[in-house]
Amino acid sequence: MTPLGLVGGVVQPLLILAGSPLLLGVMRQIRARLEGRRGAGIGQPWRDLRKLMRKQRITPRGTTEVFRVAPVLLVATTLVVAVVAPFVTITSAVGPVADLFAVVALLALGTVAVALAGLDTGTAFGGMGASRETTILALVEPTLLVAIFALSVRVGSTNLPAIVSATLEDPGQVLSSASLLAAVALMIVIVAETGRLPVDNPATHLELTMVHEAMVLEYAGPDLALIELGSAMRLSVYLGLLANLFFPIGIATELSVLGILGGVVAFAVKVTVLGAALATTEVFLAKLRLFRVPELLAGSFLLALLAAGASYFLG
Amino acid sequence: MTLHDPARPAAAAGRSRTTRIIAPDELPRHAQALLGGGYRIALVAGHDDGDALRAVYLFTATGERDAESRVELHVPLDPGHPHVPSLAALSFPAGRFEREMRDLFGIVPDNHPLPQRLVRHFHWPRGWYPMLAEAGDPPAFGDLDEPYPFRTVEGPGVYEIPVGPVHAGMIEPGHFRFSVVGETILNLKARLWFVHRGIEKLFQGRRVVEALELTERVSGDTAVGHTLAFCLAIEDALGLDVPRAAGQRRAVACELERLYNHITDLGALCNDVAHSILNSQAQRIREQLLRLNEQVTGHRLLRGAIRPGGAVLRVLPDPSLLRTIAEDIAEVVALALEHSVVRERFAGTAILTRQQATDIGTLGYVARASGLRIDARYDHPFLSTPIPRPEHSHTGGDVLARFCVRAEEIAHSVEVIAGLVAELDGDLGSAPPTPAVPSGGPGSSGVGIVEGWRGTITHRIELDAGGRLSRVKIVDPSFFNWPALPVALADTIVPDFPLVNKSFNLSYAGNDL
Repeated sequence: MTPLGLVGGVVQPLLILAGSPLLLGVMRQIRARLEGRRGAGIGQPWRDLRKLMRKQRITPRGTTEVFRVAPVLLVATTLVVAVVAPFVTITSAVGPVADLFAVVALLALGTVAVALAGLDTGTAFGGMGASRETTILALVEPTLLVAIFALSVRVGSTNLPAIVSATLEDPGQVLSSASLLAAVALMIVIVAETGRLPVDNPATHLELTMVHEAMVLEYAGPDLALIELGSAMRLSVYLGLLANLFFPIGIATELSVLGILGGVVAFAVKVTVLGAALATTEVFLAKLRLFRVPELLAGSFLLALLAAGASYFLG
Repeated sequence: MTLHDPARPAAAAGRSRTTRIIAPDELPRHAQALLGGGYRIALVAGHDDGDALRAVYLFTATGERDAESRVELHVPLDPGHPHVPSLAALSFPAGRFEREMRDLFGIVPDNHPLPQRLVRHFHWPRGWYPMLAEAGDPPAFGDLDEPYPFRTVEGPGVYEIPVGPVHAGMIEPGHFRFSVVGETILNLKARLWFVHRGIEKLFQGRRVVEALELTERVSGDTAVGHTLAFCLAIEDALGLDVPRAAGQRRAVACELERLYNHITDLGALCNDVAHSILNSQAQRIREQLLRLNEQVTGHRLLRGAIRPGGAVLRVLPDPSLLRTIAEDIAEVVALALEHSVVRERFAGTAILTRQQATDIGTLGYVARASGLRIDARYDHPFLSTPIPRPEHSHTGGDVLARFCVRAEEIAHSVEVIAGLVAELDGDLGSAPPTPAVPSGGPGSSGVGIVEGWRGTITHRIELDAGGRLSRVKIVDPSFFNWPALPVALADTIVPDFPLVNKSFNLSYAGNDL
């Protein structure tokens, strides 16, 4: 545990906690402006969270601890990833945990916790949402693992800081076929995992079409705030991983105020640019029929497989 | 055969109808002959004449046979034992009308294949019929009479999804019970009738001018359609002649209503597949049309323009402005149809076959999207329409067809308005005189048929000797079209339901009066 890693372990979670609702606000604002609407402003997600936090805690009759623990677990797992992954600083506070497999497992744990909570409510919507989310998760995980494999082959390690350092030393290898294929596969996976178009529509009010939103329909007040915050943080974390795995420029490599500051700014800019690109693309997309989603995810799996193959045989 | 029984003054027919007074056991024979002769059942209504009950069956021919286009069967009933033979085996919509009549008047259809309640929910007391004259104030809701008979689907992996009547979005109340395997819908039961306002009863005893505030609110998005049908019925009953120019102004208002509603639906359909940019554009266009409505009639939803005997507009809509709007809409439609995912979501989704559409008796764009040529503007014209029927490019009965039919009707409506405005030549009309209602004479009855934006609206009114409304029966096309929704949804997947529902866009309030 280096001092640089320690600083990163403090700065990163704070940055993601504070910044992810803002990122969501920026993305919504971009969509609104592109669609010709005025938009609610980038501070709206934070205002929503503040409103929800002030509300009474209320849980549906018949639900168990699973339902109550899930929001906390969602935020906690995402926070752990925010602490350990190399977002602002190149070294990690807890090196061994900064493993790609561990990070993916942590993020999946959050998803599973929310899916179980959806089942725990015993309502048709909770079960329906959980069923859809699990289907998507089951199709996403192999892609994630194989894409990670493709990235770790050339470094010989699945340790995130090691991969990021290697990329930082030799930025040219990002343009290799393995790396590009893996990047595209990961982008599709991130879109599916964070419930964005064309897989899920986070803005819908149509309860029968929902995936993620259907699972969390029964949450209210502070619990809903945690779910919303957790979802926003996951989006930032996924975009941050994507950014730093392929484009780690600006990450703090030494312990200095300027270095850390540069790392924070670089991370914020990269994630915002990615989020803006995602929001812009969404304007031109429509939601796929649910039964077409597996086809999209199968395509991403194929890309990941090709990436892994390319990194073995070409890399 | 025209019978006029002076002892039953309320049965006096208007101008273009043939009335037959028959005994209950003669009903199936007459109905079968009419249905076989190309007539469709447009309306069935119970009547409480004080000393007797009466069922009225209105049949209309869809051909262009002016004199013979409307036939009414009046069936006087014994108030102690009001029974009619069921026509459900002859006509599906007749079976639904019979259930409605049974719930409101206690007129029992014998041998009905589905005798459960339709309109009245089960917490309404048994044996209380709200439309009877002596029904009095609504009683307090009691305990459930019996559980609602949802059909239970059994089998491995089958589960039920109950949705509503309170929904996540701001839509009207309706409960939908899906029986599902995985995501595939095996069975859907739509349970409606949560918004019964007793509006037909509210009409009773009102003078004609006092009734317009009700007709404009039967279904909020069809103010013109229902008011126009009501006014036509009044004019039919009183033998009023409406100047041709007034008819043209009415048609302009009716087409304006079609325009703003169709573009709203086109946008909403795009929004339901999460292509919200087109919805934003459709909302912008809708707002332009609503503002135009306000200029033309003084009300954004076109209220206040149509009165018995005439119609008054403030300005005539500018055809060049409407053509610009139509081009704008055509661009939105083209963007939607050229988007591969949007088109994929629309095409082949929830097909209502031509045969199903015919059997259920669907109306309006739902029927036309399944290839039927039913359109009251041409079948029952109150005014000759300046341009011919639109020919539709898609008649496959899927969401895509219902989308395209709307889009093509927008272009058609704009041309209709342009033609009418040219003929009107700036004639805005003046307030028609309050219709002279003969008092003291025998009562009279009238029928009005209008192609509202959802489909054919039928009103049948009866005036008593004092010139007050004694009975108003309203049929919104939604009453005919609702049963088509579950049929079209068989084997569709659950996440496509909102899209399909929007492509039908039926009125809950117009259905449940």
